[in-house]
Parts: sequence; C-alpha cells; structure tokens
Amino acid sequence: MSFIPGQPVTAVVQRIEIRKLRQGEHLILGFSIGGGIDQDPGQNPFSEDKSDKGIYVTRVTPEGPAEVAGLMMGDKVMQVNGWDMTMVTHDQARKRLTKKNEDVVRLLVTRKSLEQAVRHSMM
Amino acid sequence: MDNESQYSGYSYKSSHSRSSRKHRDRRDRHRSKSRDGSSRGDKSVTIQAPGEPLLDAESTRGDDRDDNWGENTTVVTGTSEHSVSNEDLTRVSKELEESSPLECKRFLGPVLGGCLGLFALVTPLAFLVLPQLLWREALEPCGTPCEGLYVSLAFKLLVLLISSWALFLRPPHATLPRFFIFRCLLMVLVFLFVASYWLFYGVRVLEPRERDYRGIVEYAASLVDALLFIQYLALVLLEVRHLQPAFCLKVVRATDGASRFYNVGHLSIQRAAVWVLDQYYSDFPVYNPALLNLPKSILSKKMSGFKVYSLDENSTNNSTSQSRAMIAAAARRRDNSHNEYYYEEAEMDRRCRKRKARLVVAVEEAFTHIKRLQDDDPAASSHKHPREVMDPREAAQAIFAPMARAMQKYLRTTRQQPYHSMESILTHLQFCITHNMTPKAFLERYVSPGPTMQYQREHGRGRQWTLVSEEPVTSALRQGLVFSLRRLDFSLVVTVQPLPFLRIGEEFIDPKSHKFVMRLQSETSV
Repeated sequence: MSFIPGQPVTAVVQRIEIRKLRQGEHLILGFSIGGGIDQDPGQNPFSEDKSDKGIYVTRVTPEGPAEVAGLMMGDKVMQVNGWDMTMVTHDQARKRLTKKNEDVVRLLVTRKSLEQAVRHSMM
Repeated sequence: MDNESQYSGYSYKSSHSRSSRKHRDRRDRHRSKSRDGSSRGDKSVTIQAPGEPLLDAESTRGDDRDDNWGENTTVVTGTSEHSVSNEDLTRVSKELEESSPLECKRFLGPVLGGCLGLFALVTPLAFLVLPQLLWREALEPCGTPCEGLYVSLAFKLLVLLISSWALFLRPPHATLPRFFIFRCLLMVLVFLFVASYWLFYGVRVLEPRERDYRGIVEYAASLVDALLFIQYLALVLLEVRHLQPAFCLKVVRATDGASRFYNVGHLSIQRAAVWVLDQYYSDFPVYNPALLNLPKSILSKKMSGFKVYSLDENSTNNSTSQSRAMIAAAARRRDNSHNEYYYEEAEMDRRCRKRKARLVVAVEEAFTHIKRLQDDDPAASSHKHPREVMDPREAAQAIFAPMARAMQKYLRTTRQQPYHSMESILTHLQFCITHNMTPKAFLERYVSPGPTMQYQREHGRGRQWTLVSEEPVTSALRQGLVFSLRRLDFSLVVTVQPLPFLRIGEEFIDPKSHKFVMRLQSETSV
C-alpha cells in the first residue's frame, strides 16, 4: 500500500456501498476516519508504511450502516463517489463523506487481506 | 599529661599467621626498646610508637612476605638488639643507592650553564670597559649617540638578566640519562657566539687600539641584541615547542593495571618520561602490593595439577606436546575457583564496609568531644579551668583513643596499614582540628588510596627510575613508540599514539530557522 511519488498507485480494492442513516437531522455513516496529508502519518496504527498519509478507517460503530455494508476497521479509503482520497486533507475527506445531498456513498477501500486473497486465488 | 596512657587500644603490626606473630612481637618489643624506649607490655597488645614506617613508602611489601620470613629463615632472626634484620638491610641498601651518584651529577649541568650565561652577560660590559682602562687618552670622545647606546645597552642587559633568571635559573628537578639535546645545542651556540665576538674584538680592537669608541659601543650593543635573539630561540625550543599537544600517551602500571591517558607535545623520550612521572606522582593511586594477588586459597586449586615426568632421554619433542596436553586437561577440568573468587570478593567488600561504618561513627563521636575555644566569649572562658585549655596536639591525643581501634581495624582490612603509622594519624588529626575540618574531611585520607605524593617523605636524594626503551632516549616521540619506566618492584609502560588530525567544518544556523509545528492526529466520525 505504499506509493512511489510520480508512479501510478495500484491496489486491490473492494467496492463498498453505504446507505446513510438518518439520525435526527444528521446523516451518519457509522465509522470514523483518521489520516490525511496534513496529519502525522507516524501515529497511524493501521498503516503498514508509516509515511502513508491516506485516509484510514479507525473505528466502525457496531450495527451501523458501514458495518452492515462490510467496512472493516483498518481499511484505507481510496475513492469516495469517484473522488480520490489518497491525497486529501483530513477536512476535505470529512466533507466528501458528509455531503448532505447524497444518500449513498460508494467507497473503494483496500486492505491487506484483499491482496493476499487475490494472490491465493491466482496460484 | 600522661600521653602514653592514651594509646592503649592500638597495636602497630597486624599479623596474618599465628606462628610469625610471636617472632614479630618479640622483634617489635626489642626494636622499640632500642629506639625510643616507650614500649609497654600490656596484657593484650603490643604498643609501639614508631617514628616512620619501616620500608620506603613506595615499595612496600605485604604482610604475607613476613609470614614466610618468620618460618623459613634460620640465620637471621632479629630477636636481639644487635642483629640486622632483612628489612633493615633492604632499607639501608635503598638509602645507599639513592644517595651516592645523584649529588654531584645533578648540579653539573646547571652550574655549567650558569657560568656560560654569566660569561655572556659580562662580555658586553668588558667590551666597553677595556678600552677605557687601557688607552683612555687616545679615545675619541663620543657624545649623545653613545649615551643613547649606553642606556639601551643597560636596559637590554637588564631584560636579559631578568628573563634568564625567570626562565633558566630554576632548580632542576630531574636528571636525564642522556644529554638534553636542545639545551646542549643552545649552550654550544652561545659559547661559539661569544667566543667569536671576543675573537673579533681581540683582533680588531685590542690589537690596533681602535680609537673610535662609538664603534666599540655599537659592537657591544650588537652582541647584546644577538644574545636577546638567542634567548628567544631558547625560549621557543625549551619552553614553547612542547606546549601544543600532539601525542596521546597511555600510561599503564604493570602490576595492577591502573592507567591514565595524557596529552603531550613534541618531546624527546626522556623529557616525556620526566613529564609522565610528574603526573604519575599526583594522579595514580599509590602502589599497594598487598592488594595484588588472589588469595592463595583460590589459586591453590588451580596449582595442583598433575606433573608429567618423561623417562626417556630423547623426548624433547614429546615434552611440549605433553605440556600442552596437561594445560588442555587442566583447562577442561571443571573448577569452581571463579565462584570462590566471587564470594570472597563480596565478603571482602562487606567486611570493608562494615569496618568503614564503624570507623565513621567512631570518628564522628570523637570529634564531638572537643570544640574550639571562642575568644570572644568572656563568660565561658573565665569559667574554663586553665588546665582544660589544650593546644591542637593535646586535643588530638585526647580524642584519638576512642577511634584508634576502629581506625586500626579499618586500615588492616584495606591493607593500608604500612602507609599510616600512628604518629602520622595523630599529626593528620592535629592538622584537621587546627583547620576546623569535619570528620569526613579527616577521613578522606584513609577511605580512598591517595596519589603517591601524599605518602612521600621529604627526600633530598630523589627517586631512582630507570628508563627502558628500544630507541635511543633522545629521539623524538612518534607513533607506536613504547617505553617503560622501571622502579624496583613495579614499572610503568607508556605507549605513544598521535592525536588525530581534526577536520572541523562549519554549519551556519539562522536563528530564525527554529520553527515548530504540532503533530496532528485527529479522528472524525462520519
């Protein structure tokens, strides 16, 4: 999941579609994110490469829409509704996820087990 | 005041084995009787008031030597007043060797240099005075320029005199085995110089009776200038050149491994040896032969190996293999002497610390018994009985008795008793009382072995050291040189290494460049 600047990033991703849940006047997705290009990457417990400044899922509320859709803790969010999440600030990421006029967010997430699964299936 | 009744708790000599104690006690009593007659036979201790330790402070031998002495010798017993014991013999021979050759040789060099210097200083005055004495009437009078030259000559001579006194007229503190090359060079230079001036003077001035007095005065002034320059050369060669450090000397004492590192400049081997010895006397802890060896109880197990006898005559090549086999077998054999050593060390430490604790308590208590009489306290001083006021010596003797036993036991445990006689302890106590020292300050002399300087007695004859080196001792220091300084029973091995060449770069830091940011790690729930 590390990247070389200037080279295209390749990753095995999973498509997750989350329907936002209405709670009062907020639309919640049911997970928390951490990371961003303005944050300190060394303190990210989920990343393999400690210079990775991507957006990671740090917590998933149980029985929330994200868990139901299959999001897991430690996933790295690569795209949200087509918008890139690998080079955004923390606030930009939050904004992309919490747009009020969207009901559904389609995420592309990657995790280590995906890559291993692909490798196993190829062998 | 009866001084001797205070000494009841103190016995001078410790004893390791019981059989030699008898000999030693008898010997002590006889010797003390012959010396100062103050011995006193108590029921439990032998009291002796020794004036000085029996052996030279630097090369003492431990008490285990005394054990063997008492049991093996049959001829010299030392039990009568008129016999000379082994220790006396070694002491006398040591004093002899230190006395004879050094007296004359020590002063030869400085005397020669002094004569030469005096000769050189008197020469310009002689140049000026001789024409006046011999052919005054024929001289041309010389007015103001001559007077200016006189004044400058006088001041230059004064400067030469003062700086010679400051730099060269010092009592020498070492004699070197070979000539000190720079000093010889300079003396030869001065001699040749002055001699050539005299030669020219004799040929050009005295013979034809030169009448131009101003020329003579200028001639004398030029000599003084040249002497000043030679003195400058001497200053640089003898004093300044070796100030900048260039080599690192590692000095290791061969007997117990005490080592130090020193930085010196460009010196010859003999001068470096003198310098190292100067530092040795004040840096290294005193050499104590009693602390050297492992106790015999631990080593004896290793020593009892099996002996190999070869029975045929031409077995020279077999003997080496057999000895190797023996050594290998001894090494493989399982021995626990390291265990014993470890426990013995721990036990020794514990004992030492216990004795030290007792000593500290005893000394603290003893010091509380006296206090300084306050002069500005008229009420108290008038109440004091005149007999109770003591001078430091009496005060020291008064408080010595309660701590004497603890002190003696402690010194015996740390094997320091040859270095501290009772007299020296009393003197030190008196010194501490006089200068208002605390008990801890009094004890600092005994709890750690001080440098050798602390134990020196005044010796007009000097210490004899032998410089052992593979290179001639006047050669300069360079990398990889090894020489050693030997004394009778130990030696110092000195290794020379050059100091590394330093390449120092520069990095400029703008004071405004010190800026910091917070490390963020936020988590947002969406």
